[in-house]
Amino acid sequence: MVSLSNRKRAIINQLQTDILRWQGFVLPQTPTEQIGLGQIEKAFPNGIFPTGCIHEFVGTTIEQASASSGFISGILSLLMRQQGTCLWIGLPRMLYPPALKNFGITPDRVIFITVRREREILWAMEEALKCTGLAAVVAELSELDFIRSRRLQLAAEKSKVTGFILRGKPVQVGSTACAARWQINHLPSQLEPGMPGVGFPRWNVELLKVRNGNPSSWQVEWFSGQFHPVSQYTTSTLWAMRNQKIG
Amino acid sequence: MMEMQKRYVSIWFRYLMTDRLTIRQPALKPIPFVLAAPQHGRMRITAANPLATAQGVHTGMATADAKAFMPDLLVVEDKPGIQEKLLNRLGVRCMCYTPIVAPDHPDGLIFDSSGCAHLWGGETAYLNTIITRLQNNGYHVQAALADTIGAAWAAAHYGQSSTIIKSGTQRDALSPLPPAALRIDGITVQRLHKLGLRTIGSFMDMPPSVLRRRFGNHLACRLRQALGHEDEALQPLHPPPLYEERLPCLDPIRTATGIEIALEKLVEPLCSRLARAGKGLRKATLVGYRVDGKIIQATIGTNRPTAYMKHILNLFSLKIPQLEPALGIELFVLKATAVEDLNLPQGTLWEGTPESEDLAIAQLLDKLAGKAGICTVSRFLPEENYWPERSFKPASTPTEKPTSEWLDDKPRPIRMLAKPEPVDVMAPIPDYPPMVFQYRGERHHIKKADGPERIERAWWLDSGEHRDYYCVEDDQGRRYWLFRLGHSEDSQPQQWFIHGFFA
Repeated sequence: MVSLSNRKRAIINQLQTDILRWQGFVLPQTPTEQIGLGQIEKAFPNGIFPTGCIHEFVGTTIEQASASSGFISGILSLLMRQQGTCLWIGLPRMLYPPALKNFGITPDRVIFITVRREREILWAMEEALKCTGLAAVVAELSELDFIRSRRLQLAAEKSKVTGFILRGKPVQVGSTACAARWQINHLPSQLEPGMPGVGFPRWNVELLKVRNGNPSSWQVEWFSGQFHPVSQYTTSTLWAMRNQKIG
Repeated sequence: MMEMQKRYVSIWFRYLMTDRLTIRQPALKPIPFVLAAPQHGRMRITAANPLATAQGVHTGMATADAKAFMPDLLVVEDKPGIQEKLLNRLGVRCMCYTPIVAPDHPDGLIFDSSGCAHLWGGETAYLNTIITRLQNNGYHVQAALADTIGAAWAAAHYGQSSTIIKSGTQRDALSPLPPAALRIDGITVQRLHKLGLRTIGSFMDMPPSVLRRRFGNHLACRLRQALGHEDEALQPLHPPPLYEERLPCLDPIRTATGIEIALEKLVEPLCSRLARAGKGLRKATLVGYRVDGKIIQATIGTNRPTAYMKHILNLFSLKIPQLEPALGIELFVLKATAVEDLNLPQGTLWEGTPESEDLAIAQLLDKLAGKAGICTVSRFLPEENYWPERSFKPASTPTEKPTSEWLDDKPRPIRMLAKPEPVDVMAPIPDYPPMVFQYRGERHHIKKADGPERIERAWWLDSGEHRDYYCVEDDQGRRYWLFRLGHSEDSQPQQWFIHGFFA
């Protein structure tokens, strides 16, 4: 009985990979590992967060943009733990570098490219995506059409550099060639009953579109250098963990 | 075969350092001034200009003593090392008169002018040209020409200016000069004076063994050198190698493709020359001489010395659209204006990245920074300052390491407004964050708040009131960084500002 279910499981796995192949999904050459996103990674093909492609984050307000910046910074810290440097491209005065430290990134490892016009962001991002030495490239853009996103996606696939596009105030979201489209919204933080102050950042992470994967949404919280799904812990255990860390 | 008679020119820049300053600041010309440097705890004069010298100020005097009799004396601080560099630079510039130029520290130059003077129309014209040109540059110059270095030096320093000692007559020329003209130390000079030997002639004919016994080997040696009985070696300057390539074109170049081909032809020999010398360029300029007489140019810079042809071509190719060939370019010149050693132990840009990837990043940054005026590449380092806007500073070099830790003990917003914007608050309670605030037309009901974190202004940098920062969260979980300016007093309404957005 056990052997039968094992065989079934193997067949199902084989079928899943076959379907992915028929859909045109190419398995990464090098064996990639899970980067530590927990539940979220299950939504992606083969249960692995895709690197070497473009992720698109959509937000209409400055609050959404800052939540997305925080979420991207969290992913970056997970990616950069493995290797290297990252580039952050945008218009003048976008990010407050010291705050990156809260998301586990040493701010002096990030190179900021400031450009005057949006057109140059695309140029700079494409150049950066061609450079294999980088861990990731983040660009703050508002408009992105299919052709341009395809160019970026191809560059990223070739060099295996992960690209993040933060679309601040898109006039029109449209369809793009990006591997995934996210939307991050704030959620009220939770505190130990009767405690004053503000809790850990908590977001509603929506994966609106994902190539060969399953769109879904999660509630996550960022503390002690990791993403934590909200449902996993009760608030009191979170506080116990925090106190342990401080103590 | 008869050996050609050696001829030497000695040039003495009598007021080298003060002349340098006067050339840079012509306003100093009518003012007596001195250069001074600290020595054994007091300021001593290292150089005085002609006006100050005329008043009795001399080198080695304490500045205070000079000021005692010249209260209006201007004292300029002297920096060590400048004089040597200046002398070398003058020497390189004088290489048009002779290929062999040696610095004569601290304030002279020696030329080996054997066989050079006839090119300038004889020795008199030769020496006069040198003197006039240097004087036109603003230097006080005394020079002499003789068979030996010693004789030329003696005549330049102690004889009349622009003396030419005819070949073989250095003996007669030297004999009326004082012993100090033999380039000997002060103690020997004093000893000679004590013995009544006040001119070189008075001891010139003494047997060398006697001179050697009484005054040491040095005097006898210098005398023999000055008279030409002993050879003296020069340590000539070497001109810095010029990394420059020229490409004259038969037909004027008018297209971008043409410029590209010209660049390839120029970059290749330059790179191979640089690589052979173990050098890499940091800056290079392409100059195009146009048919209409105008000169166009493009400059590139690199993060680290490189002699990699493809990279340099890539950087230049970004600049080609800015070059206007108009009717055509007939001559291209590629100059490496800043060159550094290639095989220096290269520090990695960031630890943990292999060298090849590191190089790729450096080349990418060169490319991005090369789009001048469009891209700014910056990295930030922590600065020990609590004021949020000043808590980080741009790194000056790509490899600079932080000297202090990044702080993350206080909440800081991920996005910060360049300038805090005022917000309207409702229902303020003294010393508490507001219950409601309005920003850009939207009303936010504050549910949670953390603070205050008081940040004082650096009073020595700017005046104003301190800020009390609160991290507030509204009913939808959005977080803001608000602050109240100054103390909360009943007499005047509180001023609230929004400064950032938390992730």
